[in-house]
Amino acid sequence: MSAPNNSFDPVEVTSLHPDEVARMREEALAAIEAAADLAELKEVRLAHAGDRSPLALANREIGALPPAAKADAGKRVGGARRDVGQALKARQGVLEVERDERVLVEERVDVTLPWDRTPTGARHPLITIAERMADVFVGMGFEIAEGPEVEAEWFNFDALNFLPDHPARTMQDTFFVEGPEGGESGLVMRTHTSPVQVRSLLTRELPVYVVVPGKTFRTDELDATHSPVFHQLEGLVVDKGITMAHLRGAIDTFVESFFGEALRTRFRASYFPFTEPSAEVDMECFVCRGASVGDPEAPCRTCSSEGWIEIGGCGVVNPRVLTAAGVDPEVYSGWAFGLGVERTLMFAHGVRDMRDMVEGDVRFTSAFGSEI
Amino acid sequence: MRVPMTWLREYVELPADVTARDLASRLTLAGLEVETVDELGTDLTGPIVFGRVQEIEELTGFKKPIRYCRVDVGSANGSGEPQEIVCGARNFSEGDLVVVSLPGAELPGGFKIGARKTYGRMSAGMICSATELGLWEDHTGIVVLPEGFGAVGDDAIGALGLREDVLDIAVTPDRGYALSMRGVARDVAALYGVALHDPAEVRVAEATGEGHPGAIADPALADRLVLRGATGFDPEAPTPLWMKRRLHQGGVRPVSLAVDVTNYVMLELGQPLHAWDRDRITGTVTVRAAEAGEKLETLDHVQRSLDTDDIVIADEAGAQAVAGVMGGLETEIGASSGTVLVEAAHFDPRHIARASRRHQLSSEASRRFERGIDSRVQLVAATRAVELLAELGGATVETAYTHVHHPSEPTTITVRAGHAGAVAGVDYPEGTTQTWLRAIGCAVEADGDVLTVTPPSWRPDLTDPNDLAEEVIRFEGYENIPSIVFKGFGRGLTSSQRLRRAVGRTLAATGHHEVLSYPFVGERDLDGLQLAADDPRRASVRLANPLNDEEPLLRTTLLPGLLRTLARNVGRGFPDVALFEMGLVYLPGTGTERAPLPPVDRAPTTEELARIEAALPDQPRRVGVVLSGAIERAGWWGPERRATWADAVQAARDIARVAGVELEIEAAVHAPWHPGRCAALYVRAQGERVLVGHAGELHPRTLKAFSLPERAAAMEVDLDLMEGARSKVVAPEVSTYPVATQDVALVVDASVPVGDISAALAEGAGELLESVRLFDVYTGEQVGEGRKSVAFALRFRADDRTLTAEEAGAARDAAVALAGERTGAALRG
Repeated sequence: MSAPNNSFDPVEVTSLHPDEVARMREEALAAIEAAADLAELKEVRLAHAGDRSPLALANREIGALPPAAKADAGKRVGGARRDVGQALKARQGVLEVERDERVLVEERVDVTLPWDRTPTGARHPLITIAERMADVFVGMGFEIAEGPEVEAEWFNFDALNFLPDHPARTMQDTFFVEGPEGGESGLVMRTHTSPVQVRSLLTRELPVYVVVPGKTFRTDELDATHSPVFHQLEGLVVDKGITMAHLRGAIDTFVESFFGEALRTRFRASYFPFTEPSAEVDMECFVCRGASVGDPEAPCRTCSSEGWIEIGGCGVVNPRVLTAAGVDPEVYSGWAFGLGVERTLMFAHGVRDMRDMVEGDVRFTSAFGSEI
Repeated sequence: MRVPMTWLREYVELPADVTARDLASRLTLAGLEVETVDELGTDLTGPIVFGRVQEIEELTGFKKPIRYCRVDVGSANGSGEPQEIVCGARNFSEGDLVVVSLPGAELPGGFKIGARKTYGRMSAGMICSATELGLWEDHTGIVVLPEGFGAVGDDAIGALGLREDVLDIAVTPDRGYALSMRGVARDVAALYGVALHDPAEVRVAEATGEGHPGAIADPALADRLVLRGATGFDPEAPTPLWMKRRLHQGGVRPVSLAVDVTNYVMLELGQPLHAWDRDRITGTVTVRAAEAGEKLETLDHVQRSLDTDDIVIADEAGAQAVAGVMGGLETEIGASSGTVLVEAAHFDPRHIARASRRHQLSSEASRRFERGIDSRVQLVAATRAVELLAELGGATVETAYTHVHHPSEPTTITVRAGHAGAVAGVDYPEGTTQTWLRAIGCAVEADGDVLTVTPPSWRPDLTDPNDLAEEVIRFEGYENIPSIVFKGFGRGLTSSQRLRRAVGRTLAATGHHEVLSYPFVGERDLDGLQLAADDPRRASVRLANPLNDEEPLLRTTLLPGLLRTLARNVGRGFPDVALFEMGLVYLPGTGTERAPLPPVDRAPTTEELARIEAALPDQPRRVGVVLSGAIERAGWWGPERRATWADAVQAARDIARVAGVELEIEAAVHAPWHPGRCAALYVRAQGERVLVGHAGELHPRTLKAFSLPERAAAMEVDLDLMEGARSKVVAPEVSTYPVATQDVALVVDASVPVGDISAALAEGAGELLESVRLFDVYTGEQVGEGRKSVAFALRFRADDRTLTAEEAGAARDAAVALAGERTGAALRG
């Protein structure tokens, strides 16, 4: 075992001589400054800051010095290495910016090139608008109820106070389902979403606040304004102390959210077997707001210059319906309404022909996208 | 119901400044919807005057005989000289009073009258026919007026009533009373608070004896029958102009005086009447049910087989009319009828409704009877009719008449005085209900807060407290109901409803367009799908009255509608199309019982509901997809990629992913898919494997049948079944230790499904496996004939440590070993 060579003078180690360290530092800094690009700088880094660079080799010699000399030599070499390191970093930064400016410019593309490689599809606007209609009422605390499309006559007619010989039963052009061997089945394709009123009252706990969006069927030939398959949104509230004023509030909320603030609505006395009193609902024309009435100079295509647009029917649930659905009409009352989904889409989005909503042409659905 | 304003004003003291349009909007809001206001004669301008034919010169040598007339129009033409007019009609003589349009006049339809040369003479004006004046349809000649109707040279427009506003009211099924002038007048009087002169309020003298024998065989068919005769009627007597005009304005064609009078009284009082030629009636007139096999030729010359549910008016020779619907031809009142028997009855509305439907005959009479007419007005109506026959046709009213009546208890309704207000949500002043109910003819007795209401005989629709509430509210004004915003108790959408929306959005985002095709299909569609004769999808719900006889069935699969829509889009120049539909299919149940119709005076029993549900077809919700052409387009990036079977399967996978269920896929042979390119899709629900649908390329014969492009692909899954396989997501613990990746290439027989190998690898790899993914399939010389190489990337990770290379290698070896055991796969050397 040998003791450290205490008498060793760092000056005598050539590589640690202050002049030599200064020279190595200067050489390194000059080479860094001279590096023209990142590749050259990489070589410079290897030559002047790598493991085998003069300064790194000099650094190793420090260990052999007597303790008294170590600090001084270490400070000298460390300072030089630090300077080289900082210069490298700085030069790296400069060269990267230069490179980026050059390369990124070279990599420029034409961002106006089309990218319609995988076209998106669309949902059907009747579906999305029915969802939006339903959501207006969901926001008011309604739930969405559903029922079958092939429905029992009892639900479609009898329970809704369409008695067997009632003229209203023939007013609606009903698709009847053939029974076994051509007999009667007691089934129809539902002519309205109203049977779900009775289904809801039979299966849900009171109070009931539901809307029923869905398909309905009548024997109309397809033309610009009719379709044998169409969609309704039914609303039903049965609770204690329910009045027509609440019904009007619900309808007003719907009209405002779809057609504009402060649009007036009006009820007209009408007749439906399952509501009594009954009303037709009109809203003020959202285009002319009545200005076209009696003004042949400025006719309104939307309301045919009537000033009002019929949007649906409504009324107080006939107590007979409540009875058939097992609800005590002495305790509970309620109301119902029915809105046309096609009609709403036609007015809200200017659809002019029923066939566009039926035929499934992708140009039609594309225009609406996935939400409405 | 068409309501001429001048006629209405005879019964209602309506302020003079109320226009037809004002009235129309008031009535519409009050439940008598005025569809149009016909302003007759507004396109007509004078001078139109009365004239007297002075001289007729017959012109010959033309294709038809022509008359050259000199007509005295007084000083209306300015000169006082007779007007010279060429006329083609021949139903007039010298001295007749006629209507003359002078040059400058304009008749309905923009017909301008001038002076012009015709048939070699100057013709200055026109002698008018009823049609030309817009009075009624008459092509037999010009109007010849009775003496004294007007003075020569006087304006005829007002005197003839050529200008008239007519309200056309669409009467709802409950308001039968409004199918009469009398009924409309009552509502108008109430709305305006003015006096009503009820045309039915006439005193009828007691019968001096029995008239023509009459009987009601069954009071369930009719409760009142009146027979009243008039003798010495002149069948040649013309109907007066005012009556013809009102009939025409009321929408009824004038026929002959006897018929016109019955129609007029019907419009006036709402009571349909029948005028019989009494000489053609044999014995007692009976209201009875038709006998089995009984036949009758009705006025429209149709031989009708009667149903035993039909009510007939019969004499001793047999049925002579389908009661309340249409009369028989044999006893029709004719040109020689001198003795008229007017019949008025009150028939059971339901019978009339059924008969009208059964015979597909909707007449003015049946429309009124089935909606409900006044049950007490028959004697007044019959009397009014015979009196008109006497007045206008020279007849003598018989003082003896027949009145058969089976009285019934009047309906009374008990209702709280505040009920209407409670329904409307309006605090009506005290007495409001009584006021309005009395205005429409109800008798009201008040006992404190409780009212006992007896509706009038013309309001059979008023049976319940809410019917009375509607009457009060409509007169108080529906428009005065306030608007109150409120909040319900809903808990938002169900998970099923949210899933459907998410599926729709996902399919749209992946390039599919949603369609809503009709559910109607035919055998041809099922044949096109190549369904075998015993395929369960052929068992369909059948419509009794389809719109199209070729499509009487309801779909059992979404595919026919989707395929037709696809073909339509391709035909319109969009060959690269992906479509989807979400909707119900209709699968007949096994039940054979007709769906029952339980009574409606109580809720149906559980058993009744079960029987209804058993009769309904199963209606699961399906999602279908069809694809054709390029699913990725060609462009500057490279060539297009055509949609294949794999895209169809992928659509099913996407749906499963949205639903959070795992799809198991295996090869299947199932129409309408290509037998070598069809995947059966399964999920696991409660441990059971459930088939939810199929996907793949369509069978070439199906493509041909639906005129679709080659290689079109399709998918259909049952969303309800998929939903049944959903389970609540339990959050995974995310390991932060590094992943160990191992790739394996395996050589297997080419027929081995990748799905099997993948499943074996996953099972064999054990718990450390994070994922297994196929990244390459290779066939070719290097692996040999009938073999393929499949390459998988296996990722391993542990929850609690960094896996060693040995651990990952061991798991990989276990995976490969099980794959080898199950499928014969060997590591590729």
